[in-house]
Amino acid sequence: MSINDNLFVIIMASAIFYGTPLVFASLGELLAERSGVLNLGVEGMMLLGAVAAAWVSTNVDGPAIVVLPLAIVAAMIAAGLGASIHAFLTITLRVNQIISGLALTIFAGAAGLSSYLAGIWQLGQTPVKQQFGKIDVLGLSGVPVVGPILFHQTLLTYLSWVLVIAASFYLFRTRAGLHLRAVGESPQTADSVGISVSRYRYFHVIFGGSFAGIAGACFSLMIVPTWVDGMTAGQGWIALALVIFGFWRPDLTLLGAYLFGALSSLGLTLQARGIHISTALLSALPYVMTIVVLVIVSNTASRKQLGAPAALGKPYEREER
Amino acid sequence: MKAATAPAVAAFHVTKKFPGVIANEDVTFDVRVGEVHALLGENGAGKTTLSNILTGLYRPDEGWMEVAGIAVDFQSPRDAIHAGIGMVHQHFRLIPTFSVAENIALGTGHDPVGGRFDLKMIEERVVEISESFDLPVDPRAKIWQLSVGEQQRVEIIKVLYRDARVLIFDEPTAVLSPLESERLGATLQTMARSGRSIVFISHKLGEVASIADRVTVLRHGRSVQTTSENDVSALASLMVGRDVESVTRSSRAIAESSSRVGAVVLEIENLHAVGDRGLKALEGVSLDVRSGEIVGVAGVAGNGQRELVEILAGLRRAGSGSIRVEGESLENGSTRHPIRLGVSYVPQDRMGTGLAPDLTIAENMALKNFRRPPVARPPFIRQSVIDAQGRDLMEQFDVRAPSETTPTRRLSGGNVQKVLLAREMSGDPRVLVIASPSQGLDVGAVATVHRLLIDAAESGVGVLLVSEDLDEVLALSNRIAVMYEGRILDTFDRADADAQRIGLLMGGQLDVSA
Repeated sequence: MSINDNLFVIIMASAIFYGTPLVFASLGELLAERSGVLNLGVEGMMLLGAVAAAWVSTNVDGPAIVVLPLAIVAAMIAAGLGASIHAFLTITLRVNQIISGLALTIFAGAAGLSSYLAGIWQLGQTPVKQQFGKIDVLGLSGVPVVGPILFHQTLLTYLSWVLVIAASFYLFRTRAGLHLRAVGESPQTADSVGISVSRYRYFHVIFGGSFAGIAGACFSLMIVPTWVDGMTAGQGWIALALVIFGFWRPDLTLLGAYLFGALSSLGLTLQARGIHISTALLSALPYVMTIVVLVIVSNTASRKQLGAPAALGKPYEREER
Repeated sequence: MKAATAPAVAAFHVTKKFPGVIANEDVTFDVRVGEVHALLGENGAGKTTLSNILTGLYRPDEGWMEVAGIAVDFQSPRDAIHAGIGMVHQHFRLIPTFSVAENIALGTGHDPVGGRFDLKMIEERVVEISESFDLPVDPRAKIWQLSVGEQQRVEIIKVLYRDARVLIFDEPTAVLSPLESERLGATLQTMARSGRSIVFISHKLGEVASIADRVTVLRHGRSVQTTSENDVSALASLMVGRDVESVTRSSRAIAESSSRVGAVVLEIENLHAVGDRGLKALEGVSLDVRSGEIVGVAGVAGNGQRELVEILAGLRRAGSGSIRVEGESLENGSTRHPIRLGVSYVPQDRMGTGLAPDLTIAENMALKNFRRPPVARPPFIRQSVIDAQGRDLMEQFDVRAPSETTPTRRLSGGNVQKVLLAREMSGDPRVLVIASPSQGLDVGAVATVHRLLIDAAESGVGVLLVSEDLDEVLALSNRIAVMYEGRILDTFDRADADAQRIGLLMGGQLDVSA
């Protein structure tokens, strides 16, 4: 038995595989929250992305190199449209962000718009035609330990790494990132120095939402890979917890995503090894963990210490007196 | 020469209305190059609205503005910044988690797309400005680590960094100790001499008279007069529109009342506590208040006063130390126990902490005695008794409102304070803890509130008056304690109190016994 069949290596590799959609979804939510807008619609936007990607992959003919990027773009647009509803409601109309986000998830999510679209497009009866498979990067997949973990993943995983690095640079090293953080910390301050609060918020809510679309595409083009009603199974909620878990930092959020990815895959991996623990118990683990995280960070004082954007959840209105 | 140049900024016949209020009506105002021009007026006279119009935050409904003789129409603060107008806000527009340099750079300049911005260059420029205007500050420090005075310097540098020619200061001395205020006045004059124009908004007559070259007085949203007058009492009558009566106790009255003080009613011993951020807020505060006296706690905001009064009211837990009311010690962190022992509390945040804005005047007045008969007839309360009690107290405390069933949120600041005092003074209190009693009130209401405090003391209540307004403390107190960084630095009898010395102590200057 090669060292790469070691249980640790397999769990690590599948942690990254199953954690990938969480990276996209939480990174997008992180951008929105950094601008001060909480978007509880992640789950719904993911399903919109998943169904759009599944449609493209099922119905567009052509080589994978054309169809798959097209599917990702479609997923981003679908989820971005969902996010723009939330943006309009919360930024322009100043609707309560929690209510609007919940409404988005109910509207777009399981048994909602995504299921309706999948129904009329007759998705889910066959696997999608094109999917993201694992690739062998530079022929390094056989390298002991790190090979299967880091060099034998799908393109989506590598895309997520690029985005995490880009987002970190953007947030902490560019002026636009500084302005974004200012808008999330104190829109009054940002406004008083001439930064357009609503423009920053719109952009990051919609752009961040489109990342949730990619997360959805991870399910329908990589993990499952076909359409299944409600296939994201609450992972959008885990992504929300991960943003907090990662202190609103892209790098830490990525680590958190892989921790949850490991928990998600534990059941399958152990079962494959003939280790029998109740699968129901194991598959409940990520959700239990989510609750624990949310309880720890739910009091306002600790949230402040964690570095939550100070204006998170608060609509901004200028002419107040 | 000066007269020939157009004013740096001018507003003509400006009117701005908000739902139900005319904040500015036909206001005309101009600032010359190189002058310090004060905008003087009471709270609600329209000073802040006018400055928000000058800085592009609001657009006037009527009237127009000129910058250096050219008509302008600001759509947003960005336009005003481009026109060289900068504002130092009363409530700082700073982001606590950002560094000084980051805050200053915010919203300025453009970097190539995808490029990183050069913080080092910004820091160098900040140091340059801070040296040439004597505004010392460390560009790498985070805002939350700075004192209020330092934060204000950051705000000023922020405006200078944008090459502002006109600097508007909104009540800049409200958060400063007397010594810091004096220094700021010198800085303002330096800036004016360097060819900038300064708008100095204030309601403190003494400062206006000493710092400003010209003064424009605003009253009820209108500009009353622009004058070079620097006689304080003349300015005061212009500001209020009539001769000012103010309640101060003569030193004889104070000495007389001091001779009548009774037994100790409130004993605070070696009190320690932490503030909201987890930093030490109180470090060993000890203080006595006797029956019949007013003890004033002077100090710049944020030196532990808020924590002290909240602990006395049971809204905050003390870390260690003891509090006794007439010998009985107070349970830590209970709000009901102080009420039972006769501790009354009038908070600084009157609408938020003091009253329930949507309840009626009468209901608010019953919030402390609804558990006892006659209001209570367990398990019910009697609305008719509440209303009758409300009517009585309104008359007794001269609360002006349509009726006792008017929601308190509709009252003016002065009436709000009277409702609170009515509730807290009824029911025979032993101790009255009151924070910033006159903040935000007009001159008439201030006089009434001061009168009520004196009456309270004369009826035998021990009054603990916490205020950032040194003049108020000096005007009312039998004894004065100066608080700085969570400690009582010194306590004076009113007869021995020297405003200068107290002012220095408020700034933490201990070694000034000479």
